Amino acid sequence: MSQTVSRPAPPTGRAASRPGRRRRVGRQGLVGWLFVSPAVVLLGLFMLLPVLMAAWVSLLDWNGQSNPFTGGKAEFIGLENYRDLLVDDGLDRTLFTTSLRNNAYYVLLFVPLVTILSLSLALIVNQRLIKARSLFRTVFYFPSVTSTIAVSTVFLFLFQGSGTVNRLLSWIGITGPNWFADSRGVLWVLLGALGIVDPDHPSGLLADHGFLGLSWFEWLSGPSVAMCTMILLATWTTSGQFMVIFLAALQDIPRELEEAAALDGVNRRQLLRHVILPALRPVLFLVLTLALIGSWQVFDMVYVMGQGAPGNTTLTPAFLSYQSGFKDADFGQGAAIAFILFAIILICTGVQRWLLRERSGRSAR
Amino acid sequence: MKHYSTTRRTTRQIALVGAATLLAAAACSSGFDDGETEQEESSGPQELNVLIASSGDAETAAVRAAVEAYQEESGNTVNLDVAQDMNQQLSQSFAGGNPPDVFYVDSSQFANYAQGGSLYPYGAEIEDIDDFSPALLQSFTTEGELYCLPKDTSALGLAVNDTLWEQAGLTEDDYPGTWEELADVAGQLTGDGVTGLVTSSEYQRIGAFMTEAGGWITNADQTEVTADSPENVEGLQFVQGMLDDGVMAFTTDVDAGWGGEAFGKGDAAMTVEGGWLAGAMAADYPDVEYTVLPMPEGPAGPGTLAYTNCWGVAQDSAHRAAAVDLVRFLTQGDQQIAMGEAFGAIPSRLSAAEEYLAAHPEEAAWGVTGDWVQGPVTAAGFDRVLGQFNTDLESLRTADVSEILADLQTNAEAALEENQ
Repeated sequence: MSQTVSRPAPPTGRAASRPGRRRRVGRQGLVGWLFVSPAVVLLGLFMLLPVLMAAWVSLLDWNGQSNPFTGGKAEFIGLENYRDLLVDDGLDRTLFTTSLRNNAYYVLLFVPLVTILSLSLALIVNQRLIKARSLFRTVFYFPSVTSTIAVSTVFLFLFQGSGTVNRLLSWIGITGPNWFADSRGVLWVLLGALGIVDPDHPSGLLADHGFLGLSWFEWLSGPSVAMCTMILLATWTTSGQFMVIFLAALQDIPRELEEAAALDGVNRRQLLRHVILPALRPVLFLVLTLALIGSWQVFDMVYVMGQGAPGNTTLTPAFLSYQSGFKDADFGQGAAIAFILFAIILICTGVQRWLLRERSGRSAR
Repeated sequence: MKHYSTTRRTTRQIALVGAATLLAAAACSSGFDDGETEQEESSGPQELNVLIASSGDAETAAVRAAVEAYQEESGNTVNLDVAQDMNQQLSQSFAGGNPPDVFYVDSSQFANYAQGGSLYPYGAEIEDIDDFSPALLQSFTTEGELYCLPKDTSALGLAVNDTLWEQAGLTEDDYPGTWEELADVAGQLTGDGVTGLVTSSEYQRIGAFMTEAGGWITNADQTEVTADSPENVEGLQFVQGMLDDGVMAFTTDVDAGWGGEAFGKGDAAMTVEGGWLAGAMAADYPDVEYTVLPMPEGPAGPGTLAYTNCWGVAQDSAHRAAAVDLVRFLTQGDQQIAMGEAFGAIPSRLSAAEEYLAAHPEEAAWGVTGDWVQGPVTAAGFDRVLGQFNTDLESLRTADVSEILADLQTNAEAALEENQ
């Protein structure tokens, strides 16, 4: 190997300005590219290229049975696929907005729940006084290493109409719903129990008016009972994973900080609010972002637990995209859904980044 | 940074090389061949790949036995695969340009594959085509060309649990012949953890009641949508009434995956299923005694739905001649009868069906023929529409029937227009 490779990079720009050095730096750049090229080629081949191909497919009316890149049978239809999903009234748009509604409720419940739960778990297992800490850490982390497919299947049995959960509920005198067959939105179920609305027969202003092909009654119904069960499952399986991330960050907080705070006479709540949480901010952002992205991409649970049933209330855009492609042979529309989903995730992450930004005055960097 | 320009030039070169590599890779990976697929030598042993969507072990074993018999007779090798998710695996292999040579084609996907040019229309090469039921052949004919042979068929029948029937104090004279009688016996059978009639909520089952009222989703040649007809409303309202009275339930209400499961477990005294029930009952609930009756008559007389798959041959297959030969072998009368013996598939050949039903009079209700037997909807683009119809039917108990059918009418008309 040539010596230039092993030599460290010039520390300053001044050194690089000498002609002899300059060539060497150029070669170093080349060698550097050479070293990263396997990763670049792999990423390009298996990420960038398919993304570009999918972008092209999303502009086609392609049934998956011809070559979409040589012209021919797959007709170029411009933004028609996107128009079907967002503008034109019809089944495509109704299904897509239904899936968006479902997933929005999923995100709204899952992201805060999983963050709070995993942070609490991390705070608990971070206590130095607790006995058998590693046992608890293992127990809490365990659901994360189990495959979602397996957990979902077990949940299907647990939450059957005559399953274990309902058996348990019946001991305390509650008649549980038929969880995975119940398409009623929980909000209406609660209001219906109070006698305010009749969830089975929507009527009035909310049922008569709508937006993007769904009536306001459907928009506001909240996640269905089946969807809530899925949210519960996801929270349980994912919290361990985020707990580990929080735990690592908690152990990074210098003990001096806590001691100094203790000297100042803060109580536990103040310690959490003014010392621990600010120190966790970057990790909090990481966890929120991961949870957000993950929850806009729910697929495996939906696939196992009912493929959108009951009443399309567990349909998610990720699953709809798959269904449009592989079941309805409309790959163009499937790709279009994937790109809209991509945009939604980007926007959500951007908003979240803005909300969690370092407030002025405190930013030292 | 002074070496900026050098680095940038290098970057650009590398980017170019990278892009060229990617394009080359993409060009190589492209498995599509829009031209005519080259046929391999027709003499000498050939290797065929067969993909089936099996209803269970009984079907898999029966097809395997048939395929082995073919191997022995022809000298060709056949690899039999059972799909987990047939539609996905097929469309993936079509997209990859490397489909199996012979495969099951679901009637709901038929139009899509045929119009997409993935099916090799071998109908004209079959000599004794008159022996197949014309109604079934019609399902797999598009633009005047017969694409594939129906592999078997089955109409829906009303299966009755003999033990529960007797326990309710009913006799053979009480077998329901009309809707009123059906609702009546369902009421007598309901109670003690048993529901009179349990079916899945799909239109593929309760649609039978629409035909008994004289309606259906489309007209006979599937050129017009007739979903919002008063006959369909009447059919669904009858089902709704039985649900409302508690004498009928959907499978999800009794924690069953399909009608046969509820029926076998004894949660249902009656169910509406086709010939596949025989194989499933023999495998999972061999002790349950049952009788299969024709569907009761509605206001418009008898009516039921018939289902079938066909043996598709891939247009992209390199062994089409051998593939058609295999299909010819598998659709022989004695092969079809063997399949029937194994898992209750009624032969699609009229001569074989006659022979099979003569030996199995208890399955006569599944083998009915007549112009009141409604074939599956095979119009292109209807899969999604009917999926939505099924979703709406889940809540049939509380829903407004005419609203469901009006939605179906709108969606189906849009699909029909789009795919004309």
